[in-house]
Amino acid sequence: MTVAQGVFYLIAALAVTGGLGVVLMRSAVHAALFLILAMLAVAGLYILLASEFLALVQVLIYGGAVTVLLIFALMLTRASDLPETMVGSQWPLAAVVSSLLGGLLIAAVATSNWPGDVGETTLVPFEVLGDALFRRWAVPFEIASLVLLVALVGAIVLSHQDEGE
Amino acid sequence: MEAVTQQIPLEHFLVLSAILFSLGVYGVLTRRNAVLILMSIELMLNAASVNMVAFAAYTSPEQFIGIIFAIFIITIAAAEAGLALAIILRIFRYRKTANVDEIDELKW
Repeated sequence: MTVAQGVFYLIAALAVTGGLGVVLMRSAVHAALFLILAMLAVAGLYILLASEFLALVQVLIYGGAVTVLLIFALMLTRASDLPETMVGSQWPLAAVVSSLLGGLLIAAVATSNWPGDVGETTLVPFEVLGDALFRRWAVPFEIASLVLLVALVGAIVLSHQDEGE
Repeated sequence: MEAVTQQIPLEHFLVLSAILFSLGVYGVLTRRNAVLILMSIELMLNAASVNMVAFAAYTSPEQFIGIIFAIFIITIAAAEAGLALAIILRIFRYRKTANVDEIDELKW
């Protein structure tokens, strides 16, 4: 086993552990901490696939911003006070459905013909990525910025405390 | 020294992403707290991103379209998380609960 394979299996084990923790932990805060583990493991996968910009974005936005937001929401909704309402009664059915879906996906992956390796994995330099993002993908980029603006204004309006309340 | 894409087959990344996606589906179906359902959705979005980046690295490394897609996925996920948490807080203020089974006014 080469070094890259060892690193991949380590990262994969961490990611699956994080995912299991997110869906199985009784405590909501522990689930959020396992979510951070899964996010950081995915960032490691991105580094392994030579897309370091995406890994940085993943750590900053998922590892930092989104999980902090989720933990704030857990605190404000006092979710951790009610551990008995964390998991619904349909978990056996859900386990069957999700394992069937996973088995189907893995079977599809195993039976399909995928393109072989392309040789050298080239690191995409930041300049080239930014150039593509602002030239070829400029319209989706602007739409994404509009979506973020609308989401920001919407979040402020929704969470604004009315005078009469 | 061989490249990473020559040492690890593409299928390994796809299987890992399938496992993460199924775990996310399980979480969405079992969790009753809206914030925890959102966490499971983030897990599913991450699994999709892993797929995109793996395909980008293995099939079109000089075009890196998959990386661009993953950037947009992360952007939309951040917007979605912020907006969904604002809605959850609003519901919590009115109903004093974040349990999705108790928020059933639209249930016929």
